[in-house]
Amino acid sequence: MKGLWKGNLAVVEGAIAGGLDAYFGYPITPQNEIPEYMSARMREIGRTFLQAESELAAINMVFGAALTGKKAMTTSSSPGISLMQEGISYLVGSETPAVIVNVQRGGPGLGNISGSQGDYFQTVKGGGHGDYKLIVFTPGSVQEMHDMAKVSFDVAFKYRNPVIILTDGVLGQMSEPAEIKVIKTTATPGVEDLGWNLTGARGRKPRFIRSLFMGEGELEKYNYKLAKKFETMKEELDWEEKDVEDAKVILVGYGTSGRINLEAYQEARKKGLKVGFFRLKTVYPFPEQRLYELSKRAKFLAVEMSMGQMVEDVKLAVQGRSEVRFYGKPGGGLPEVGEIIKIAKAMMQ
Amino acid sequence: MKTILPESIRRISHIYCPGCGHGIIHRLMGEAIDELGIVEKTIAIAPVGCAVFGYFYWHFDTTEAAHGRPPAVATGIKRVLPDRIVITYQGDGDLAAIGGNEMLHAANRGENITVLFVNNACYGMTGGQMAPTTLLKQVTTTTPKGRTNEDGYPLRVCELLSTLGGVAYAERVAVNTPANIMKARAAVKKALQYQIDKKGFTIVEFLSMCPVGWGLAPVESAEWINKEMIKYFPLGVFKDTK
Repeated sequence: MKGLWKGNLAVVEGAIAGGLDAYFGYPITPQNEIPEYMSARMREIGRTFLQAESELAAINMVFGAALTGKKAMTTSSSPGISLMQEGISYLVGSETPAVIVNVQRGGPGLGNISGSQGDYFQTVKGGGHGDYKLIVFTPGSVQEMHDMAKVSFDVAFKYRNPVIILTDGVLGQMSEPAEIKVIKTTATPGVEDLGWNLTGARGRKPRFIRSLFMGEGELEKYNYKLAKKFETMKEELDWEEKDVEDAKVILVGYGTSGRINLEAYQEARKKGLKVGFFRLKTVYPFPEQRLYELSKRAKFLAVEMSMGQMVEDVKLAVQGRSEVRFYGKPGGGLPEVGEIIKIAKAMMQ
Repeated sequence: MKTILPESIRRISHIYCPGCGHGIIHRLMGEAIDELGIVEKTIAIAPVGCAVFGYFYWHFDTTEAAHGRPPAVATGIKRVLPDRIVITYQGDGDLAAIGGNEMLHAANRGENITVLFVNNACYGMTGGQMAPTTLLKQVTTTTPKGRTNEDGYPLRVCELLSTLGGVAYAERVAVNTPANIMKARAAVKKALQYQIDKKGFTIVEFLSMCPVGWGLAPVESAEWINKEMIKYFPLGVFKDTK
């Protein structure tokens, strides 16, 4: 049924619909509606909710629940996600699937509580230690906040890798119509044997889950194995494009900057400017091949709520074949439609 | 001589130094698990430290956590599988320094888990540096002239945790003499029985030898526990909700 939903609440219903068994989190603005609403909903349907003593504890509780094969999740905002980087690295290192939501706010440091996109590098390029990749979903609407949360567990379990939903305070706090079903059924008790999870070694040999590989050459081999898996994760690639075929300048963005781009693209087209629209729905995997194809005819304007992070991946994709410009606002500022059109127009000269 | 090992301990040689207490504590854990018949229900968490390879030695489901995080990981496991037996095996640096907060809050929530806490008054694996439980005047590789008040005071974990509502059982034992080992054996079994009975958070603290970290021979190390450690870390039950 279609109704007016807030982004942060849509994430909760999406995760529950996706089979969430256990949620662990710590309050931080602008995502407090998630643990609050989650605490009521999870108790209502007999699933696990626990307010942790810190984000550090929360991500490790997620790790514990997830290695039993249960669907576990945490949510936070930028400073809290920084604290979780250790745990995220361990999740990847031990091939343990889980879902993390980052409702980004302004940084660095304590920053502010406005929506921002300053954590792109942290999420896509690492953040924690070691060679690893996360599957990164970037919803662009309240509906997508729900839908991506819903599929995230299946994707995480498919690859035995954490999935991050990288969103921001604007999308978390805004309300708009969305088609969301409120589930009333309880989770199934017990746990099935997935061939790797720890459930107590009943009727089988004991297992261990680890990220420590001390044997000579063992870790090197393990890293090759992980790298191969990260390549296969590219199957999850997703984006939205409009009028890119005849475009002279294509606006590239994701999440809230993608929405602002949509308005700018529509305005520009009304004015007869050949502007295209390209919104990333995943930023790892990144649509490098598609952007490279498009660079044969078009230039790109990367729009972000940061000082320019995603733009580097756009440049890498384009490989210098056409011009890539950046326009963004850091610290919780919002890019302006008028400014986007002005820059796009200038690029056409 | 025939070696009799508990079923839940693997028949494999370990990497512990001569005179180290870990082997004894592994056996005590294995014996208690065998006797309680819970090997197929047990999920253990190995620490960062000398016992990091616990999963090579233990014959039940095991994982390892980031340094200090076992109580949080144990919380996650226990909350979704409340009928499993969840054990963290942690050293003094892991539990009382870097993992102090996770320890405190898991205990305070009364998480129905068992912490086996190995207190050897130093960081064994990284080369014998100061631990939160290092005694005053004790020489370590980071307190070359002995620990002073400026380095902080040795932390009494059982005494601290015994003040918390969620703690069902806290006992300090030692593994330096046969008599002490027998008491330690009973303590491990009791802690696990309390977990089976869903009484809440249980902790057994072992005063354990680290001959290499202490620069003492194995026999001297066992004596050092009696002479020095027990003076500051008295043995006994600090909390028992029965």
